Amino acid sequence: MAQPLIRLEDVSAGYRHRPVFTHLSLTLDEGRFAGIVGPTGSGKTTLLNTILGTIRPHAGRVLIEGRPPGRTRSGEVGYVPQLETVDWSFPVTVEQVILMGLYVNRRWLPWPSREEKRRVAAIAEELGIAACLHHHIRDVSGGQQQRAFLARALINRPRLLVLDEPTAGVDIKTQHDVLHLLEELNRQGITILITTHDLNTVAAHLPWVICFNQGIVAEGPPREVFTRENLAATYGGELAVFDHDGHLLIAHAPATHA
Amino acid sequence: METLLEPFAFEFFRNGLWAALMVGALCGMIGVFIVLRGMSYIGHGLSHAAFGGAVLGYTLNANFYVGAVLTAFFAALLIHQLSRGGKIKPDAAIGIVTTAIFALGVALISRVRQFTQSFEAALFGNILGVTSTDLWVIGAVLVVTAVGLFLFYRPLLFSTFDREAAAVFGIPTERLQVGFSLVLALAIIAAMNIVGVTMIAAALIIPAATARLLTDSFSIMLLLSTVLGALVGVSGLYASYHFDAASGATIVLFGAGIFILVLLYHHLRERLAVHEHLHYHDGVAHAHPHTHDGDHAHRHEVPASLAAPGQGAKAQGRSSEMKVRYKKI
Repeated sequence: MAQPLIRLEDVSAGYRHRPVFTHLSLTLDEGRFAGIVGPTGSGKTTLLNTILGTIRPHAGRVLIEGRPPGRTRSGEVGYVPQLETVDWSFPVTVEQVILMGLYVNRRWLPWPSREEKRRVAAIAEELGIAACLHHHIRDVSGGQQQRAFLARALINRPRLLVLDEPTAGVDIKTQHDVLHLLEELNRQGITILITTHDLNTVAAHLPWVICFNQGIVAEGPPREVFTRENLAATYGGELAVFDHDGHLLIAHAPATHA
Repeated sequence: METLLEPFAFEFFRNGLWAALMVGALCGMIGVFIVLRGMSYIGHGLSHAAFGGAVLGYTLNANFYVGAVLTAFFAALLIHQLSRGGKIKPDAAIGIVTTAIFALGVALISRVRQFTQSFEAALFGNILGVTSTDLWVIGAVLVVTAVGLFLFYRPLLFSTFDREAAAVFGIPTERLQVGFSLVLALAIIAAMNIVGVTMIAAALIIPAATARLLTDSFSIMLLLSTVLGALVGVSGLYASYHFDAASGATIVLFGAGIFILVLLYHHLRERLAVHEHLHYHDGVAHAHPHTHDGDHAHRHEVPASLAAPGQGAKAQGRSSEMKVRYKKI
């Protein structure tokens, strides 16, 4: 039986004295590939930040593999931020971005060791970005940028990989490439948690979904969770669910204007 | 030749030159982190806060420099705390905190009115009044800063690039911020008497911004900015002697002149360099090597495969004169 990797027990969290969610309990088993969906302002990012330890809960307990976030073994949690938050004019190459993943290991010299360079080359090769290692981060394609940040998160071989909106701001082809890559990483044993707005992407690629709106509305496989009722409870509006040749499709319900 | 070497005969000039060299390098080094964090005016603000602190320290019979350093350090931490929540942006926090402390200093000056200490040097800089003790202090700050940046280069780079991710990866971003604030406060006090409160922002920003135009590598930017800062300091001071102009102002003008030259070079290089990106014209999306020629236009060879039917040999790739509008996607 799979062990829980993430456990939230009766957690209330938010900013300053304004809680975004209260009394939340959540368990994510090791080996899961799960997506958190919900409308803007539902608290998805707050939940992610609470799990990552960048927000301290007002009440309750957060445990990653039995330890509070921040006290996990170094490199055990990999994180990929939203690409839209990255400063693309910052003077760094793809190689330097990946190297940052190793900066948690104490080394007083600024330049990378031979071993660090080898590890960067290996992970870049694995993710298919070896050819653009020396390019400025702004000068590579959206897919390569996403892979560079994935490589930074994966270089320490984490057990948990957390991605904030990995499908935002990239074209459909890149979205599919990234999700296929995540599926492959999940097959290799990495537990993956993402947030996304794209319900159809979740339905097509993710085996587990958490509908979230200041609390968990429903969780489970998309086919069980994506019902009109659950989606209405999550988004507050009418969404239609279709089955097209075995594929689950979610769309706006036709508008009814008087 | 004698005229050129004339200023070196004076000790005050030699001391000033050393001070300009070290303060220039120091500001160039620290400026990289400030510019890349989008907090360019922190230097301007903190120097004002340091001035307020110096006056406060003096009226409390404390050491001029201790008051200035402590106040600048406190102000840097306060700015960081205020802007953390996101509701108050760093520029607003800088404006509130530092102006308030500066105002306190001005209010104290206007109330007490009898000062034996000259605050003019702090306001406008007095590079030619540098003593050997000043040189030792500036040298010590430079060494501490350089060693600190060398040892903490990696976590500082990560937290400057992506603070949130750095914290998740286990970088102690809060402690780093405190350390950086302290170094920044020390650097500002070291530079205050040289370039003056009113010019310190330029000394911090110009070398870093110039270096950014010349490179896409962080480490090279850091080295270039340090060298540029030192170079501008020395050449600006030297020029100020011959032009008989205020030294702080000449140094800043020299820096601004180099920035303009580099900007022109950067602009020309961008325009003239053959590069490739996906673009549209005639409704066709394509990419091929080309150079730009005027706003929203570029020149290139028209690939035969893209020539519109019936346009003849000219459009089929022989001419390089065709000017097309393009839309970058």
